[in-house]
Amino acid sequence: MIWNEHAECMERSSLVELQNQRLHEMVSRLYYNVPFYRKKFQEQGIEPNDIHSIDQLKELPLTTKQDLRDNYPFGLFAVSQREIIRLHASSGTTGKPTVGGYTRRDIEIWSEVVARSLYAAGVDHNDIVHVSYGYGLFTGGLGIHQGAQKIGATVIPASGGNTKKQLQIMHDFGSTVLACTPSYALYLADTMKEIGMNPEELKLRRGIFGAEPWTEEMRKEIEQKLHLKALDIYGLTEIIGPGVAMECEHQKGLHVFEDHFIPEIIDPLTLQPVAEGEIGELVITTVTKEGMPLLRYRTRDLTSMTTQKCACGRTTARLHKLMGRTDDMLIIRGVNVFPSQIESVLLEISETEPHYQLIVDRVNNLDVLEILVEVNESFFSDEIRQLESLSHKIKTAIESTLGISAKIRLVEPRTIERTEGKSKHVIDNRFH
Amino acid sequence: MFLQQLSLFLENKAGRLTEVTQTLSKHGINITAFSIADSEDFGILRMIVDQHNTALKALKEEHFVVHSTNVVGFIIPNQPGKLYDALQHLDKTTIDIEYLYAFAHNGDAAVIVKTNNDELTANILKENGYSLIEKHPFDPDEMPTE
Repeated sequence: MIWNEHAECMERSSLVELQNQRLHEMVSRLYYNVPFYRKKFQEQGIEPNDIHSIDQLKELPLTTKQDLRDNYPFGLFAVSQREIIRLHASSGTTGKPTVGGYTRRDIEIWSEVVARSLYAAGVDHNDIVHVSYGYGLFTGGLGIHQGAQKIGATVIPASGGNTKKQLQIMHDFGSTVLACTPSYALYLADTMKEIGMNPEELKLRRGIFGAEPWTEEMRKEIEQKLHLKALDIYGLTEIIGPGVAMECEHQKGLHVFEDHFIPEIIDPLTLQPVAEGEIGELVITTVTKEGMPLLRYRTRDLTSMTTQKCACGRTTARLHKLMGRTDDMLIIRGVNVFPSQIESVLLEISETEPHYQLIVDRVNNLDVLEILVEVNESFFSDEIRQLESLSHKIKTAIESTLGISAKIRLVEPRTIERTEGKSKHVIDNRFH
Repeated sequence: MFLQQLSLFLENKAGRLTEVTQTLSKHGINITAFSIADSEDFGILRMIVDQHNTALKALKEEHFVVHSTNVVGFIIPNQPGKLYDALQHLDKTTIDIEYLYAFAHNGDAAVIVKTNNDELTANILKENGYSLIEKHPFDPDEMPTE
């Protein structure tokens, strides 16, 4: 199903024309309304009228999370506070929170892109959408809520926490769609097993999962445990929240709503664009946003992009399932390692749960990686030999995928900390 | 034909064994025999208890990774050379021993053995005149098997 066929299935040439025009207007707004950008443009000798094409994007300055911090809280807003009708913020785990300010039109656009996302997942007004993303400053809860409301679905604003109660509500109210983080979806599945609830007792048929990177294997596991089709939604507070890009039912990459957000993929070290299909850092320009428009914002998310047409009929560019974050990247003995790669390896090994923790340490000036892996309860054998061969199997698989050796420690199920939001996968003790 | 043993996966973590024994103690379960196999990071605790099913349920409720395993239990006289005699019968075959432990039993010795073919092991021992322990002597949970 396609919510806005005009915008989502536009001929590429018309889309680029629209983007060119919107980029031009955006650069003017930035130049005249945001001192931070005006200064940057002047330093580079760029006049607003110089920019007419998205081909010129690569000449324009990038925006980083640090720029947002430096201008905290409202320094990058392009309108007066009078016109801002909502504020959101992302959790500031590494410093001050990141703020997003929305005008009335921004909220409308946000609802529109989430509506498109839900339709892409096959969700419509007949559905009961259970939103277990947190409501509050976090964009997840309200973001999905507004979009689900726009398409006329029945919304259950469950928010996060109180898992058993949520299961009861899903059961009693007949929720057909679950929206939450993928790790919370697995946590729900674990809890269902614990209280003896069968997935057949629920009516769930679609999952809208996002706010953290997850793998294909994790998707398979969620689909199998919850009996639904799991789809990936992408977004970030800085840009708008969930709804920047969304998978369609073909599950072949996330469609970027390019009439609002222009994606680029750059090499995180050289900052130069990479070739189509190559992995790099996702950079987004918000061409229609009024409250806090951002030019070439470095998302720190790693992915690749294709502009090939999708079987669903949409013509928009698609992102590969997010592969991790540039700042999650661990450099271990000179090798770049992403936690998501390790997760993929573990999920291919059926005897383990996809719950793991990486502990990085430095012993005698050498980086040491230890991976804690939960053993699957049904696999446990009382023969040491079998458990040792399992740990050897994991070690070999990690070595062949990552090219580094790791020490594997099998741990009891449910002992690695689960958070009801984003899971904590890495403990780096090297720089303490 | 087999005796039921509890097998637990335990991380090498301070206090973990104490927690197991606490659970058993709370339910009034007596441990007749146990052995621990350990590797660098984890151990497997194997136990013969007087109320197997009650213990299994109690440990599961406390989220221990615990399984019920069939093992072969047999009686030998508590005298030098008797284990050697028994094992010689197994050596003549293709049987490989995974693990073995023993405990005192009414003045005799009881041997618990797990092999790559438990059925064959039990049959060979039986044919050679060893009496098998098929249920725990004091287990009120267990009904006689024959």
